[in-house]
Amino acid sequence: MNLTLQVWRQKNAQSPGRFVTYQAADISPDMSFLEMLDVLNERLIQKGEDPIAFDHDCREGICGACGVVIDGTAHGPRRRTTTCQLHMRSFRDGDEVTLEPWRARAFPVIKDLIVDRSAFDRIIAAGGFVSAPIGSAPDGNAIPVRKENADLAFDAATCIGCGACVAACPNASASLFVAAKITHLGMLPQGQPERMERALSMVAQMDAEGFGSCTNHGECEAVCPKGIPVAFIARMNADFIKASLTKGRRVAQAGEATAG
Amino acid sequence: MNLDSRAPSGLLEKKWDKHRFELKLVNPANKRKYTVIMVGSGLAGAGGAASLAELGYQVKCFCYQDSPRRAHSIAAQGGINAAKNYRNDGDSVFRLFYDTIKGGDFRAREANVYRLAQISVNIIYQCVALGVPFAREYGGLLDNRSIGGAQVSRTFYARGQTGQQLLLGAYQALERQIGLGTVQMFSRHEMLEVIVIDGRARGIVVRDLVTGDVETHVGDAVCLATGGYASVFHLSTNAKGCNATAVWRAHKKGAGFANPCFTQIHPTCIPVTGENQSKLTLMSESLRNDGRVWVPGTPGDRRPPNEIPEDERDYYLERMYPSFGNLAPRDIASRAAKRVCDEGRGVGPAGYGVYLDFADAIERLGEQAIREKYGNLFEMYERITDENPYRVPMRIYPASHYTMGGLWVDYNLMSTIPGVFVLGEANFSDHGANRLGASALMQGLADGYFVIPYAIGSYLAGVKPAAPADDHPEMRAAVTAVRDRLSTLLGIKGQRTPTAFHRELGRIMWEYCGMARNRSGLETALQKIPALREEFWQNLNVTGENAELNQALEVAGRVADFLELGELMCRDALAREESCGGHFREEYQTEEGEARRDDAGFCHVAVWEYTAPDRTPLRHQEPLVFENVQLATRSYK
Amino acid sequence: MTHALGFFRSTIGKKVVMAVTGLILFGFVLGHMIGNLQVYLGPEALNAYALWLRELLHGGGLWIARSVLLASVVLHIWSATSLTLESRAARPIAYRKWEPQASTYASRTMRWSGVILLAFVIYHLMHFTFGNAHPDFVEGDVYHNFVAGFRVLPVALFYIVANVLLGLHLRHGVWSMLRTLGLAHPRYMRFAQGGAALFAAVVVLGNVSFPIAVLAGIVP
Repeated sequence: MNLTLQVWRQKNAQSPGRFVTYQAADISPDMSFLEMLDVLNERLIQKGEDPIAFDHDCREGICGACGVVIDGTAHGPRRRTTTCQLHMRSFRDGDEVTLEPWRARAFPVIKDLIVDRSAFDRIIAAGGFVSAPIGSAPDGNAIPVRKENADLAFDAATCIGCGACVAACPNASASLFVAAKITHLGMLPQGQPERMERALSMVAQMDAEGFGSCTNHGECEAVCPKGIPVAFIARMNADFIKASLTKGRRVAQAGEATAG
Repeated sequence: MNLDSRAPSGLLEKKWDKHRFELKLVNPANKRKYTVIMVGSGLAGAGGAASLAELGYQVKCFCYQDSPRRAHSIAAQGGINAAKNYRNDGDSVFRLFYDTIKGGDFRAREANVYRLAQISVNIIYQCVALGVPFAREYGGLLDNRSIGGAQVSRTFYARGQTGQQLLLGAYQALERQIGLGTVQMFSRHEMLEVIVIDGRARGIVVRDLVTGDVETHVGDAVCLATGGYASVFHLSTNAKGCNATAVWRAHKKGAGFANPCFTQIHPTCIPVTGENQSKLTLMSESLRNDGRVWVPGTPGDRRPPNEIPEDERDYYLERMYPSFGNLAPRDIASRAAKRVCDEGRGVGPAGYGVYLDFADAIERLGEQAIREKYGNLFEMYERITDENPYRVPMRIYPASHYTMGGLWVDYNLMSTIPGVFVLGEANFSDHGANRLGASALMQGLADGYFVIPYAIGSYLAGVKPAAPADDHPEMRAAVTAVRDRLSTLLGIKGQRTPTAFHRELGRIMWEYCGMARNRSGLETALQKIPALREEFWQNLNVTGENAELNQALEVAGRVADFLELGELMCRDALAREESCGGHFREEYQTEEGEARRDDAGFCHVAVWEYTAPDRTPLRHQEPLVFENVQLATRSYK
Repeated sequence: MTHALGFFRSTIGKKVVMAVTGLILFGFVLGHMIGNLQVYLGPEALNAYALWLRELLHGGGLWIARSVLLASVVLHIWSATSLTLESRAARPIAYRKWEPQASTYASRTMRWSGVILLAFVIYHLMHFTFGNAHPDFVEGDVYHNFVAGFRVLPVALFYIVANVLLGLHLRHGVWSMLRTLGLAHPRYMRFAQGGAALFAAVVVLGNVSFPIAVLAGIVP
């Protein structure tokens, strides 16, 4: 099959970008979308042109490195599928396909379709963890975990950090990403001691990174390759509100404890 | 080359305790004066970086990905072993040790493997404490399953994404330290050289993959946790970015490379469909619990599977290995598949595939039961192949998956370069000639969380914390070497892309140094690889420049190293005149076609020493002494 | 104090302000609509109701209500404006192509429906409360003002259009409010979507019935 691609090309973070048209000829429907780009890139190199830069690594939908907005949809037309797992049989011969990077102020473009998602790492560093120094762990069976809670925590923990939620959100909000981590740790007994502080610090970092706010459009859930439900955002909100309401009291209690 | 394993003497059970007591300690107040460099951020790297930072060392951690969370540990599916005996089915530390030694076909070091089995029990607790959502039973306790034909249920898991969950646990521990300022993280940085001054490692040279800047980072010790080199085959289950550059650079600076020919081929991957394929996808081994493997009985039978009557099918695993059947170990199942395909009985467009058929299981258990067990895998298969495995049998074929070989390390995980430590898949230490399912995650975390914190302290206690001067001749030489290599790659301006060379190298490796090897094939490969390498340095085409994000340049540098490593693998395979584990030499097999080990001649670790660019490397031996197990023949008949 | 400020500076804090003020305003529009249904009981009933409102708590009730409503409207608009500006800034370069996958027309037009509703509310106050936009305003005779006001066809049409927009705003707003306040247990969430739509429909049908009834002569 033959396709016409409109690809966003941008030399680096400082340069302005533009769309460039490429012909992808003789593409097999069994190729993955990224293999189609590989083929195009090999042809570009042979012509002495700069190949299209895109992030990718595992190519089996789990590392979260890849991500292209394909014809206006993050990760392309197939639901619950990362860009690397999308195959060309989802397209038709002669299609014109537009390829854009994730667009958000908090995800500046590094080159072409590659963006800088380190904001996600900083949000995790702000509180997306359990402080359990190596070597200090108690017996893993000492606190039984309700199976439903373990399963729900797992559902939230499947987030691959690809950033499609931000890319698809009309407000460029990172709420689904943050909510997934807050839900993951908040559903487990190990996550309870830091639950309130976690909600406050992760949300503060999310805001500081310049993401927009959630207005409950639900676009994030629709493009999430792991199908993380937007309902988790409500859990994040509940934790954040509770943490904000009780913060003064908790500070006071801590003061009494140290005074006593 | 000093190959003293430094394994402690005494009772097997007491070795690690005794050793920990004998290791020197660094005064807590002095720890912050030492800088440790950690290259890689997978289970071993992230786990190690977090552990060391918690102890008080200054840590600098590097990864080529955009975030440490993307390291390829994330793709492991099945689970992680631990000798907890939660199932009351007879497991013990000694049994896990024995299974690992036997599974590795008696080519691993006893002391290391025993320590791994001992530590396994702590790993699970640590992961739970870090918030890993392991599968639970209804009573709230941790669930277990059996994987890859193990006879006890000792595998802990988080659905089919155990690697992801364990990695996220380690990543979060690492991010916590980054937030506290004890770890400096350098994402999108690739290590291109080790700096060795006065016989010990003092730092690394890295390239900033965004700007192209070549930087030096100095430290008092360098840890390499950079994974395996299965990507030498081009098509493998590894991530596209997985590479051997860090370990290969260290090898060329003096680190011995152990057992490079020990590679694992995983039997259940989705077959290759076309020339431009970039990646092979693993289907969890658990599928073999219910699927039956078969091929047509007669070569060249191109009928669709449902038109082939039962008596014209060959369920070859059940036929050849009646007691293990479809659950035969990875290396055995892989070779059997290759054999039937070489006989012309392979299925699928290219003839390199065998059926994994669920029709019987669906009839026996119902489609719903199969959907509950394997739904996500079936979905993944359909997404890739566009075939519905509930209706037509899956097609599978073996693919390169894991490398047991790696840099030689002693009991303290230190390579033959003082100050260079090697963790996880990048070292050779624990799996011998074949790795058991669910043991890679165990080793990565054991090395990172529980071995390196002690081992590195003992080394650091013996050196003074001081950074070498920036203009030290060795530092300047290392930077110059890196810059020169980059500009050479960019300056060739030939005709072929880096990927084209990688693809060709992969074909040679798969053909001659893959599932089955023989003298004449390996000798052919040893002709072809140097020729290809020569062409590479004459005819490579890399566009663009160094001072930018240049993915073609990154690939070119990695392929250049694979072109040297591939040759060493063939050389090692040729020198090891026996069959063991993943290394199968056709000349050394029994009459039934099974591997024939030669314990008299090859019960040793082969350690290769780099000499000079066009000189043959030297092969050294670390003898393997088995005091606690009887060398037995693996039999799965 | 600083943490309270921090709360109101955070995106979720602002959303909570919007949700809580929204909740007050939902209550108001529902009460307003139900109160006005008394127009169907005739002039005495409606005028008596209006008088009761004015004399509640010796005249203080109305002013308390007005203060709360005004504060809610101001805070609602402040949070909406602030969040809108932040969201605009969060995506400086728009996509060339963007295909909605899950969002509704209502959710995507909240900002527009909100601005139009503000204009409508101002007109509505000038029309029926202050009377300066009313052709024949009689202080105290609510029933007369009501019927006379809706006899003007363009005005009646404007009310109908504005109320349809109000319906869209409520439909997404009620649902979104539950999410924002963290009330999203999956067991109840199934009903929340339907509940929000039902609530919006009731308010719209009630309100739209008034101009239609006047024009159709049902309310003389």
